Amino acid sequence: MKKAGILMIIGSLLLLGLFKFPLWNIMLGAPQYPDPLGMNIYINGIEGVKEFDIQNIDNLNHYIGMKTIPKNHEMWEFEVFPKVILGMVILGVLLGIIGFLGKISYKWFLGWLILMSVLGILGMYDFNLWLIDYGSNLDPNAIMKYTQPDGSPMTYKPPLIGYQKMLNFDVDSWPAMGGYMMFAGMALVFVSFFVGKSEYKSLKDR
Amino acid sequence: MKKTIQYLFSLVLIAGLVSCNNGDNQKKLRGQGGLATNAAERVYVAPGEHDEYYGFFSGGFSGQLGVYGLPSGRLLKVLPVFSQNPENGWGYTEETKPMLNTSFGFVPWDDSHHPDISQTDGVLDGRWIFINGNNTPRIARIGLETFKTEEIIEIPNSAGNHSSSFITENTEYVVAGTRFSIPVPQRDMSIKEYKGNFKGALTFISVDQETGRMAIKFQLMMPGFNYDLSHPGRDKSHGWFFFTTYNTEESHTLLEVNASQNDKDFIAAVNWKKIEEYVNNGGGKMTPTRYAHNVMDMDSHVATSTIIEEVLTVDPLDVPGAVFFLPTPKSPHGCDVDPTGEYIIGNGKLSADLTVHSFTKMLDAIENEKFDGEAYGIPILNFEDILAGVVKQPGLGPLHTEFDDKGNAYTTFFISSEVVKWKVGTWEVLDRQPVFYSVGHGMIPGGNSRKPFGKYFVAMNKITKDRYLPTGPELTHSAQLFDITGDKMELLLDFPTIGEPHYAAAIPAEIIKDKSKQFYRLSDNKHPHATLKSSDVRIERNGKEVHVYMTIIRSHFNPDNIEGIKVGDKVYFHVTNLEQDFDVPHGFATIGANNAEMLIMPGATETLVWEPKQVGVWPFYCTDFCSALHQEMQGYVRVSPADSNLPLSWSVGED
Repeated sequence: MKKAGILMIIGSLLLLGLFKFPLWNIMLGAPQYPDPLGMNIYINGIEGVKEFDIQNIDNLNHYIGMKTIPKNHEMWEFEVFPKVILGMVILGVLLGIIGFLGKISYKWFLGWLILMSVLGILGMYDFNLWLIDYGSNLDPNAIMKYTQPDGSPMTYKPPLIGYQKMLNFDVDSWPAMGGYMMFAGMALVFVSFFVGKSEYKSLKDR
Repeated sequence: MKKTIQYLFSLVLIAGLVSCNNGDNQKKLRGQGGLATNAAERVYVAPGEHDEYYGFFSGGFSGQLGVYGLPSGRLLKVLPVFSQNPENGWGYTEETKPMLNTSFGFVPWDDSHHPDISQTDGVLDGRWIFINGNNTPRIARIGLETFKTEEIIEIPNSAGNHSSSFITENTEYVVAGTRFSIPVPQRDMSIKEYKGNFKGALTFISVDQETGRMAIKFQLMMPGFNYDLSHPGRDKSHGWFFFTTYNTEESHTLLEVNASQNDKDFIAAVNWKKIEEYVNNGGGKMTPTRYAHNVMDMDSHVATSTIIEEVLTVDPLDVPGAVFFLPTPKSPHGCDVDPTGEYIIGNGKLSADLTVHSFTKMLDAIENEKFDGEAYGIPILNFEDILAGVVKQPGLGPLHTEFDDKGNAYTTFFISSEVVKWKVGTWEVLDRQPVFYSVGHGMIPGGNSRKPFGKYFVAMNKITKDRYLPTGPELTHSAQLFDITGDKMELLLDFPTIGEPHYAAAIPAEIIKDKSKQFYRLSDNKHPHATLKSSDVRIERNGKEVHVYMTIIRSHFNPDNIEGIKVGDKVYFHVTNLEQDFDVPHGFATIGANNAEMLIMPGATETLVWEPKQVGVWPFYCTDFCSALHQEMQGYVRVSPADSNLPLSWSVGED
């Protein structure tokens, strides 16, 4: 199960990209912002794409009563996420090494993937909760109050993924480099499961 | 005889045909030169697209510098330089007032003439642009990252700073020559004693290559002629500087007649490297004088003015072999050197021919002492021995010559109102195009450097007449853009300018546009009265002086309610713009301000003084539409009687 083990190790290591590159990116363009404002969401905090983007997004959001974008210490997630990811990397690498040595079944790789997926979905769920709060928990004294066509107050939740038009802004929310590395890593682990399976079979057939 | 009659007959026929055509088309032909059919397409810059060149056009008597896009001719910005500008507070705010200080006190105006862009190895590098004030002799340096006037230096012993501000090919020196000679030092004397007693100062101002900071290195005290224009040597003639002169007659009255008598005036050739060496070895004489040196500190945006009380003067006779006169026919105006540095063109404005001197021949004449007398001890070189050639009868009233990158020269003719293209070296006229009307300078981007960008030629015209919709007796001056990529020049566009564009300098946009600053970093703001965070907002009284430390951000002032101000106070509003985004300036204006409003760029601090004269509650507001809540960006100052005991108080957002 040498190949599968190596794939498992590489796949888990790819998650380390999240410590260097953003997981997610949200860009806000508008007629007045030909050079769009943007935020990069890292597992340990939110940063502007350009140096003063966060300040400028906050400045715009205060008109419609949105809270300011949380600083790193203001969300427990930014404490916990790095630990979870690091834990998963260590676990994945260990599984890979043990698998490489042929001491455990390839099914453990699938187990890691399922755990990672569950954690990922939980993370997305949590992220979406924050987006909902951020976009709809508005200051009652907001300068500008817009309503939906049905009369209910307008909310400004950015899309979890994809494109959305919000007032004068075009909002794009997509995975970023760190996110893509994580998906690639998870895909590699998925592949390692099948490689491990075929390696196991050929071993058994011999 | 019969043949002659036939000729005459056919001439009449042709004349008839031409005049029939002209009847309808004269207006149209005149406007387009009859050639350019797709001219509109070639100057059209679609909405949102950028021009290919930045063009910097002197504002003449406006004292400013106009920034235009070429080829569209669109005005991008008027940069305030020598004149107060209520539009943004230049020369009115406490920070910028020192920039307009001179030895004559505060001079809020000037006559700006000749912009020149900094160079490295004779090629435009886009670090700075320099421009001269002609009236109260000054040279300004404008940074091309901020497009802001960063420094102004006054030129002492000078009057009519016209043969300025031209720079040597590594921006070692900015050179300023005096058009009017004067007594040096100034004294009470009879004007009639001008001849032999007045002096003409040619000033060499060194430029620090890192900061751009200017300092007068030396002044060459020349005979009392009028030093009209100048040009540095290029490439092989680098190290020399050439100045045209008129009034070598040294007349002091009715110059239009009396200064036009000599058959030849001079181009003064100055070997500045030789004089620099002389000065570096302790040569020259420190002479008492007074001039202002004004510097804008770009970290604080606060200008300071220093009066300097001496200048190093050099008598040309003390540096043998450094200064020579090249005889040049009839009151030469423009003095231009071709990109190779070999040819020195004297545009004799009262001559019908263009005289071209050879640099190689000049060196040879100096070497072999081919002199034709002297003037005040300065050798005059023999005209025939230095002559490279003559462009024969190209037009009337040649003023200025620029060059393209294909060995062609373009000379403007004021009297015959045309631009003439001729070949450097063969002196043959290749093309001529009329201009509307009476062109002064012409400009090709980089056309006075070693590397011209020979795509466009811009004529800056002195007379406008009927070119635009009439606006009463006072008209704008006009510029005209020609395409010079083909054999014939093609007129593409007319565009109006600010003040009077004497000369212009243009540079490919890509050299500077990406360096253009978008805003100032608040964390770099070193202004002594900056308020960088809301907790530092305050008001302090010191006798009758009140200092308001105010911040602004979309869309409120902090504070916006001020009480405790009294009639007779002098209120300093130190306003800091906390924005850190591109194109979010705020304005500040108070009712009854006796100065101006001011614009504060993001990250900067500016100060406006307000002296309330009437009791009441008076508003202030933001003048630059900054956001959807711009109209709400306002505040009140309560002004109490002079003897009131109301303490100072301030707030924002309190009931």
